[in-house]
Amino acid sequence: MSESLIINLSVLILFLPLFGFTTVIFLGKKFPKLYLFEVAILTSALLLSIFVLYAKLTFFNVKDIIAEFTWISMNNLPFGDVININLGVKIDNVAAIMLFVVNLISALVHIYSIEYMRGDRYYTRYFAYLGLFTFSMLGIVITHNLLMMYIFWELVGLSSYLLIGFWFHKKSAADAGKKAFIVNRIGDIGMFIGILILFTNYKTFTFDVIFEQIAAGNLPFGSEAWLTAAGILVFMGAVGKSAQFPLHVWLPDAMEGPTPVSALIHAATMVAAGVFLVTRIFVMLTADAMLVIAVIGAFTSLLSATIALTQNDIKKVLAYSTVSQLGYMIMSLGVGAYVFAFFHLVTHAFFKACLFLGSGSVIHAMHHEQDIQKMGGLKKKMPITYWTFLISTLAISGIPLTSGFLSKDGILAGTLAFGKLTGHWLIPITGFTVAALTAFYMFRLVILTFHGEPKDHHKFEHAHETPWVMTAPLVILSVLSIFIFYTPNPISPDAGWFMKNWVKTPTQVVPDNTRYHHMVESTEEAKAEIHGEIVHSVEYTETMHWAHYPAMLMSLIVAGFGILIALIFYTWKKVNADKLADKLKLLYKGSLNKWYIDELYDKTAISGTLNFSSILAWFDQKIIDGAVNGSAWLTRVVSKFSGWFDTFAVDGLVNFTAFFSGFVGFSFKKLQTGKVQTYIVFVIFSVIILLLLFKPF
Amino acid sequence: MDFYNIVFYLFALITVVSAAFVVTTKNVIHSAFFLLFTFFGVAGIYVLLGADFIAVVQIMVYVGGILILLLFGVMLTNKITDVEIRTGTIHLLPAAIGVGVFMGALIAVMVWTNWKSVPTEIPLTTTKTLGNLLITDYVLIFELLGILLLIALIGAASIARRDKE
Amino acid sequence: MLQVGLTHFLVVSAILFSFGIYGIVTRKNAVMVLMGIELVLNAANINFIAFAKYGNFGFSGQMIALFVIILAAAEAAIALAIVLNIYKTFLSVNVDEIDHLKE
Repeated sequence: MSESLIINLSVLILFLPLFGFTTVIFLGKKFPKLYLFEVAILTSALLLSIFVLYAKLTFFNVKDIIAEFTWISMNNLPFGDVININLGVKIDNVAAIMLFVVNLISALVHIYSIEYMRGDRYYTRYFAYLGLFTFSMLGIVITHNLLMMYIFWELVGLSSYLLIGFWFHKKSAADAGKKAFIVNRIGDIGMFIGILILFTNYKTFTFDVIFEQIAAGNLPFGSEAWLTAAGILVFMGAVGKSAQFPLHVWLPDAMEGPTPVSALIHAATMVAAGVFLVTRIFVMLTADAMLVIAVIGAFTSLLSATIALTQNDIKKVLAYSTVSQLGYMIMSLGVGAYVFAFFHLVTHAFFKACLFLGSGSVIHAMHHEQDIQKMGGLKKKMPITYWTFLISTLAISGIPLTSGFLSKDGILAGTLAFGKLTGHWLIPITGFTVAALTAFYMFRLVILTFHGEPKDHHKFEHAHETPWVMTAPLVILSVLSIFIFYTPNPISPDAGWFMKNWVKTPTQVVPDNTRYHHMVESTEEAKAEIHGEIVHSVEYTETMHWAHYPAMLMSLIVAGFGILIALIFYTWKKVNADKLADKLKLLYKGSLNKWYIDELYDKTAISGTLNFSSILAWFDQKIIDGAVNGSAWLTRVVSKFSGWFDTFAVDGLVNFTAFFSGFVGFSFKKLQTGKVQTYIVFVIFSVIILLLLFKPF
Repeated sequence: MDFYNIVFYLFALITVVSAAFVVTTKNVIHSAFFLLFTFFGVAGIYVLLGADFIAVVQIMVYVGGILILLLFGVMLTNKITDVEIRTGTIHLLPAAIGVGVFMGALIAVMVWTNWKSVPTEIPLTTTKTLGNLLITDYVLIFELLGILLLIALIGAASIARRDKE
Repeated sequence: MLQVGLTHFLVVSAILFSFGIYGIVTRKNAVMVLMGIELVLNAANINFIAFAKYGNFGFSGQMIALFVIILAAAEAAIALAIVLNIYKTFLSVNVDEIDHLKE
C-alpha cells in the first residue's frame, strides 16, 4: 500500500464524475441511455472511495497524505518575492470519510433518480448535472489549498443553481435558483476577502503552510484582530453555503428543485461543505471567531427549528430541519467540539438524505402532493418508506440506538462543557431547546404523513409503494443510521472507532492568548495522565467527561418531551393544535411566515438595492448620458475639423506622393526594357563604378 | 624565350583572337567554328598548366558535346536553306565601351595585384589522382552531379518535346 | 615580363571573360548568347587551373574545373531545350524580342 496509490485513486475518483458529466452533457441528446453510464461511473467511484477509505484508515491512520505541484510560479514581483501557487490533494481521515459519504449518497441518489425522474424532458441532462455536482463536491473535499477550495466552492454553487432551477420553466424554480446563487455570492465575497487576507500575508493558499506560519507566531498584518477577521470572513463562505443566519433564506426555497437533488445537495453534501470548510480552518480560529461562529450556529438552529414547527410542506419542514441541524454543527465547531461536529455531519448526511429520499418517495406516490395536511395513513400503503423514514426520524430526534443520538449527544455535551467553562450558558440552553423542538416537529411530520386517517382519499387510493430502485437507497441509508456502524456502545460515542481512532480534534495554531483558556494545551505530564486522550487540556477533557451523562440525560428528556407533545397534539388529539395556534396567534404567524425574514430582506436589502439602482439609473441617464452626449457633440466638431484637415492636408500629401511616384516611375520606365542584355550592360557599368570607387589595385 | 613560353603565347593568341571573332562575326556558323578554336586554345593552356586530364575532358565535352549541341541549336532554329545565318546585334557602342573599360580594369587588377605564387609540382599525369579524389573526398559532389546530369537529361528532353498548344 | 607566370594566365582569362560578356550583351541570337556564356565559363576555368598550379591548393582547382565542365554540359542541354521551346512558341530566338514579362 503506497501513498501515491491513494493519491492517484482520489484524483481518479475526483475526475470520474467530471468525465461522466462531459460525456453525458455532450452525447446525452444522441444517446438517451447514457444516464446509465453516469450511474455506473458513480458506482465505480463509490467502490474506489470505499477502498480509499479502507486503505487510509488501515495503513495511514495518523498520517495526512499530501501531493502537490506548482501551478503558477511568479518571480521578480515588484515586492521582491517569489510566489508559488501550488495545487494539490490532501487526504486525511476527514477527507477520506467525506469522499466515502459524498460518493455513497451521490451514488444512491443517482440510482434513486432513475425512477424518480423517469419521463422528465431533460432526463439525461439531469444526470449530467448530478455528475458535475459530484465532481465539484469531491474537489472541495480533497483539495489542500484555499484556492482550489474556492474554485470548487463556486462550481458547487453553479451546479446547485443548475439543479435548483432544473425545472426552469417553473418561475418559482428559476427564482429559487437565482436566489440561491445570489445569496451564496454574498457569503462568498466574505470568504474571498478572507482568503485574500491570508494570501496577502502568507503568499500561499495551502492550508498547512498557512497554519505553520500562524503557529510560528506570524499573524496577518501582525495583529490578532486580523486573524479573527480572517477566520470570520472565511467562515462567511460557510454561512452562505451552509445556510446560516442571516443567509439561510435560500435553502428552503431551494426545495423547488427535484427531491433527490434536495437530498444530495441541500441536505447531505453541499450544505455540509460549509461545515467542512470550518473544520478545515478550525485550527486558525481565535476564541472571538469561535464565539461568533457558535452564536450564529446556535441562533440559526433555534430560528429554523421554530419555523419548522408550523410548516405544512413536507420538504419545507425537512429544509428547515436541515438548516437547524447545520446550525447545530456550526455551533458545535464554535464551542470546540470538532469531532462531534464532523461526526454529526456524517450521521446527519445519512439520515437526512434518507428523510429527503423518503419524502421524495411519498411525493412520488402522492403524485406530487407536498402538503402534509392532505396526507395521512400512508403507513399501510408504503411500509418500507415508512419504516426507513421512522428510523431516520428517530435518529434526527436523538433517540438511543441511533447514530443521531450519538452525535447529537456529543454536540450537546460539548456545548454544556463550553457553558460550564466559559459561562456562556445560553448556548447549551439553545441546544437543548432545539433538540426538543426537533423531536416535536419531526414526529409531527411522521404522524401527519403516515399515521391517522387519510385526508385526501382520492390520492390515497392511488398511493402505492415505490419500486425497489427508490426503496433500496432508503434502506441502505436508514441502516447506516444505526449506532453499530459507529460504536459498539450505543450510549457512548467515545468508545467508538470513529471517535477513538479516526477523527481527532486538531490542535489549534493560534497564539495561546487568543484561545479559550480551556483550549490551551496542558503540560506534557498532565496529558499523559488521561491515556493520551487529550487534545486540549485536562480541564477541558474532564469537563467533557462530566458533561457526558447530564447531557445525555437531558437530551433524552427533551427529546422525549418533544415526542410526547407531538403525540398529544396529533395522535391523541388531547389538545387542539389549531386552537393553540389561535391563542398564540402572534408566534404562530411569525413561525408560519418564517419570522418575516424574507419580507424584511425584501423591504430593506432588496428594495434598498433597487432604490439605489434607480438612483444610479437616473445618474446614468442625466449625468453620464449627458456627458456622453456632450462628448459626442464635441467629437462631431472635432471630426468636422479633422475631416477638413483630411481632405486638404492629408489627402493633398497622399495625392502628391502618388503623383510624385508616378512621375518618377514614368521617367525611369525606359530603363526597364525587359531585355536581360540591357541589364547586363548596367551591371557592367556598375561593376566598373565599384572598381573605381574601391580601387583594389 | 624557351619553348614553354613560345607555346603559351601561341595558344593564348589562338584563344584570344578566335574568341574575338566568336563575338564579333555576324555569321552564326562562323562563330561556332571560331569557338572550336577557342576551346582548343583553352585546352592547350590547360596542358601548359599541367592539367592534362582536364584538357582532354575539355576537348571531349566542349568540342564533342556542347559545340555540336550549339550547332544543332542553330540548325533547328533557322531555316536550313539560308547559307548565311546571321545574327543581329544590339547596343554595340555601350557594350564596347563598357566591356573595354571593364577589361582594362580587370587586366589592371590581374597585373598589379601582388600574387603569392607558389608553383606546385604537378605529376606528369593527373588522371589517377583525380580519379582517386573523385571517389574519396569529392564523392558526394560526384554523386550529386551524376543525379544533376540525369535530371538535366530528362528535363531537357521533356522541355524540348513539349508541343505548342 | 615575357617569362610566363600566373599573371599571364590570369590576363588571358580576363580577356576571354570580357569577350564572353561582350558576346552575351551584344548578340541577339540566343544560341550566340550561349556561346558567350561558354566563353565566360572557360575563362573561369582557366583561373581555377592556374591557381591550382600556382596557388598550392592541391587538386581542388582542377576538380572544380572538372565540375564546371560537367555543369556547363548540363546547362547547355537545358538551355538549348529552352531555346527550341522558345523558337516553337515565338518562331524566333532573338532574346530582345522576348520581353513579355515587361508588360
